Amino acid sequence: MKAAAIEFRRVSKLYGEVAAVRDISFTIAASTLVTLLGPSGCGKTTTLRMIAGLELPSSGSILIGGEDVTRVPAAERDVSMVFQSYALFPHMSVIENVGYGVAVAGRPKDEVSRRAKAALATVGLTGFDARLPSELSGGQQQRVAVARALVLEPAVLLFDEPLSNLDARLRRQMREEIRDLQQRLSLTVVYVTHDQSEAMAVSDRIIVMNKAAIAQEGAPRELYEQPRDVFVAGFMGDANRVRGTLAHVDAALGELSIGPLKLRLPHRGLSGEVDVAVRPEAIELASPGERGLAGTVRKAAYIGGVMEYTIGTALGDLFVVNMAVKDMGAGALMLAHVAAGRYDAFLEPHMNAWDALAGLLLVDEAGGRTLSYPGTGGLASGGPVLAAAPGIFDPLARLLQRAGAAG
Amino acid sequence: MNPQRRAIAFWLAVGAVGFLAIPWYALQDSIVSSAWLRNYSARDNAPALLQGLRHGRVWLLAVGAMLLIAAPLLTPGLPRRVRARGLLLIGSAGFVFLAAQGFAIGPQGWNFDLLVRIFGPLSTGQFGIGWGATLAATAFAMLFALGLAESGRFNGDAFIASSVVAIALSVAIFTFFPVGTILASAFEDGSGALSATAFFNRLFTAKIWNLGCLSGGGRCGVAWNTLLLALLCAAGCTALGLAFALIVARTSFRYKRMLRALSVLPIITPPFVIGLGLILMFGRAGLINQWLEWAFGIEPSRWIYGLPGLLLAQIFSFTPIAFLVLIGVVEGVSPSLEEAAQTLRANRWRTFVDVSLPLMRPGLANAFLISFIESIADFGNPIVLGGNFGVLATEVFFSVVGAQLDQGRAATLGLLLLFALAAFFAQRRVLGRKVYTALSGKGDAGLPTPLPKGVRRACYAVALPWAALTVAIYAMAMLGGFVEQWGRNYTPTLKHYAKAFSIEWVNHGILWSGTAWNSFWTTVELSAIAAPITAVLGILTAYILTRHRFAGRSVFEFGTMLSFAIPGTVIGISYILAFNVPPIEITGTALVLIVCNVFRNMPVGVRAGIASMAQIDKNLDEASTTLGARGMTTLRRVLLPLLKPAIVAALVYSFVRSVTTLSAIVFLVSAEYEWATTYIINRVTNGDYGVAIAYCSVLIVLMLAVMWIIQRLVGVRTLGRRSVAADAGMAQLSAT
Repeated sequence: MKAAAIEFRRVSKLYGEVAAVRDISFTIAASTLVTLLGPSGCGKTTTLRMIAGLELPSSGSILIGGEDVTRVPAAERDVSMVFQSYALFPHMSVIENVGYGVAVAGRPKDEVSRRAKAALATVGLTGFDARLPSELSGGQQQRVAVARALVLEPAVLLFDEPLSNLDARLRRQMREEIRDLQQRLSLTVVYVTHDQSEAMAVSDRIIVMNKAAIAQEGAPRELYEQPRDVFVAGFMGDANRVRGTLAHVDAALGELSIGPLKLRLPHRGLSGEVDVAVRPEAIELASPGERGLAGTVRKAAYIGGVMEYTIGTALGDLFVVNMAVKDMGAGALMLAHVAAGRYDAFLEPHMNAWDALAGLLLVDEAGGRTLSYPGTGGLASGGPVLAAAPGIFDPLARLLQRAGAAG
Repeated sequence: MNPQRRAIAFWLAVGAVGFLAIPWYALQDSIVSSAWLRNYSARDNAPALLQGLRHGRVWLLAVGAMLLIAAPLLTPGLPRRVRARGLLLIGSAGFVFLAAQGFAIGPQGWNFDLLVRIFGPLSTGQFGIGWGATLAATAFAMLFALGLAESGRFNGDAFIASSVVAIALSVAIFTFFPVGTILASAFEDGSGALSATAFFNRLFTAKIWNLGCLSGGGRCGVAWNTLLLALLCAAGCTALGLAFALIVARTSFRYKRMLRALSVLPIITPPFVIGLGLILMFGRAGLINQWLEWAFGIEPSRWIYGLPGLLLAQIFSFTPIAFLVLIGVVEGVSPSLEEAAQTLRANRWRTFVDVSLPLMRPGLANAFLISFIESIADFGNPIVLGGNFGVLATEVFFSVVGAQLDQGRAATLGLLLLFALAAFFAQRRVLGRKVYTALSGKGDAGLPTPLPKGVRRACYAVALPWAALTVAIYAMAMLGGFVEQWGRNYTPTLKHYAKAFSIEWVNHGILWSGTAWNSFWTTVELSAIAAPITAVLGILTAYILTRHRFAGRSVFEFGTMLSFAIPGTVIGISYILAFNVPPIEITGTALVLIVCNVFRNMPVGVRAGIASMAQIDKNLDEASTTLGARGMTTLRRVLLPLLKPAIVAALVYSFVRSVTTLSAIVFLVSAEYEWATTYIINRVTNGDYGVAIAYCSVLIVLMLAVMWIIQRLVGVRTLGRRSVAADAGMAQLSAT
């Protein structure tokens, strides 16, 4: 196989007045798996279909393997696609479906069947050659669809929400197989999904799209920990949104005040009123009387491995995910507490509607005392990161001990 | 050579063959006969090159020149854009030139004085186009289409581009052009000049708009007659249709299936069978009248000829159509809505009045309009039963065929008919959008609420006698052929059948000595030729409309559906006007009959195609495309196998419709090519009911047989495939 890179140069797709995709540019390196992620209607599927040639862009150019294919019809592009509905031809058997691309190219019958069998073996589906698609399970149909796309050894393989018709358990298995296949055959894969956990699990890089444009592009971890704006922050996982004020401390660090709380983190050149995003797992809980922000448990849900809480505080309701599984009934008085500094804080000026900080939300119970932090340096690589002060984890540790004792 | 250049080369070659080798003008004989080969270079037979060099038709040489200019487009490595531009330019220039010279130069040289003044008189004229010109024109059109594809339109698919261009052009030639001609003809005065006064004089004549019947003196104008009849007919059909629909959908009536079967009848019967049946029952010599005379001494009258009889016949004919519209609506009313009303303490009657009926309202309006349109466009019943009660559709006919021979008047009446219908079609489209009973695809677990008792009784009381009467009329129409003379002598006989369909053995061969055989075989043959063309065009159009987006798509859709809205009489008259003179001179040939049927029935094929195409996931064709299949391959290998039932339906339907057609074909038949229905009408007007009825029943039986056989074949095939698949599945299971 000859995996090829893909490049979009200022591509737009208009339907009348409506822009499905507006002026987007990106590059996808050969032999990588890149996900187009976004809510429905964001233009991700249109982008995918433009790579396939099923839609032609209104302006801009598309390059595959360095060659301009903007006006090349779909049938002449070296691109295959796995459809959300699988789009298996219902009147053809499994082997006919998989061999279709080879047969259409006018290859002799024995080559068609040889290559179809090889493709089926690649996806691990043998012994079903004569069945009709309607006689297969969802996962098997999925494999046939992948085999059919692979049989022409395309330079680029496209997946349009391939797992959305599978149940949760099968979804995890199939996504691992797709990733494995991509690595094994060293394919260039573009993958569309609206499920961020699926995107994070399979991708080398993720392109987050919103409202016909690219919101942010990067590695999965980069997008989760350093989202550029509140949309990406919210789309890449849950986030609490609160308001704060940021003052510069020095060239890199700022001091963020959220209600009674203060914390230090990189200011990224912003100042004044900012919106702050806080990941739910970044908030720690402690028992009353500890340092932090006073709060009340409004809702508590047991979902297996973790507890999900909604905690009412002076800052508004906060959504908290907590590993300490303990049934705390609504109304119990709690402290919403400090989180660890795994996240790079990020901020944007308030004018931009909002913007977020996934990071340290420091909670000071008394409201008077500012917790101090030792400068920069830290956990995540690259970029200034705040490390939590020693002692910040202590309340959690104590909470856990107490929980263990109680249990 | 890549596919694009191969296609260009192919069409250039086609154009060259048309220019160099094939007779350019229409031949007296068929192209298949060899008569033209023997006298190849004669004035009438020569191809364009010889015409230009030898026979003074120099302008034709331009065609060859343009084909030559196009040849460099075959150069390999030419940039896409350049090739696209060149193709578009040459294709459009060539086609426009061909059309322009065709209209500008007639049998007597220049057709327009202006051109004579500019270019001087021509030494020679020209006739209607033949195969050579057709090939050349097709080649230019296809080069243009390739240019469209090459410039990235239609997603760069040459097959789609060619199909769109081909369909658009044929619709333009065989629908828009005739309708335009009729429009122009309505404005022409006696000398052939365009004149608005001539049109208004014809349009506002008393014969059309007279209201004399209201004041008691004289008759009303045909426009009022038509309107009155249509309103009454629509009201009757809607009421009856609703009664039937409610019985079938909402009661446990035992013979539902029979009621449904009755709804197929109007499709397979020639349009005047009901009229004939009514005459046999209520005519002067009809059964009922004779019985009344025998029992009560009531003098038989001619009431059946005129508004009452006509209305009765039309309601019989179009109630099934209203039923088909309404059954969908009644069944589409979601039972859970009615159940919701009942859980809110509404009784059955309130539920019916407050919920069910309002939900059916758009459907009722739709059924009303459809019956209205059918009544206005109806030709078969008025011609048989109209008597002195003239309606637009028959007036058009008598303006051309009768002693009047006034094409301008026919055209004017036709236009009136057209606009009346266009208005109602527009209304129907508006209504069509307002549907409460959309099929959401969600399962609806509710049970339909039974009808309130009063409503149920009313439905039975109205619908069942009517159904019985319908059956009686059809029975009458079948039996009438087996008696000596209806009304006078009921001795059973086969003589009518013998007269129409006798076969004799004469010296080792069959002699089709019956008088009907000629029209019968013409009808069957030409319908059998037209049906596949209709189906192909219809399915192809449906494929393009459902699967491709392109500029001008809505115009394209309008054009392909237009002929559905035009009454047959108007199509007929417009075909005469448009195709009786060069450049396209095909009246009196079999070709015009085929073409007429194809374009009249195509919209039905399109609708059938669209309906079943909508059920096929669009991703299937896209999957095929991304695997390297072009439009044609996808259509052939993926869609057609899945569309088989729709194709068969379109085939059967267009065959049946073209066999039973009357209104348009009646203008186009000739002594050589007679149609079954026109033959029957001629027998009826001669008072020769026996043969007419015998012929009708043969047609009905034939249509039933055709439908039954095809249904059987299709049914068996699908079953076969499924069982094969199941066997394979079983084999798999036992192997593992």
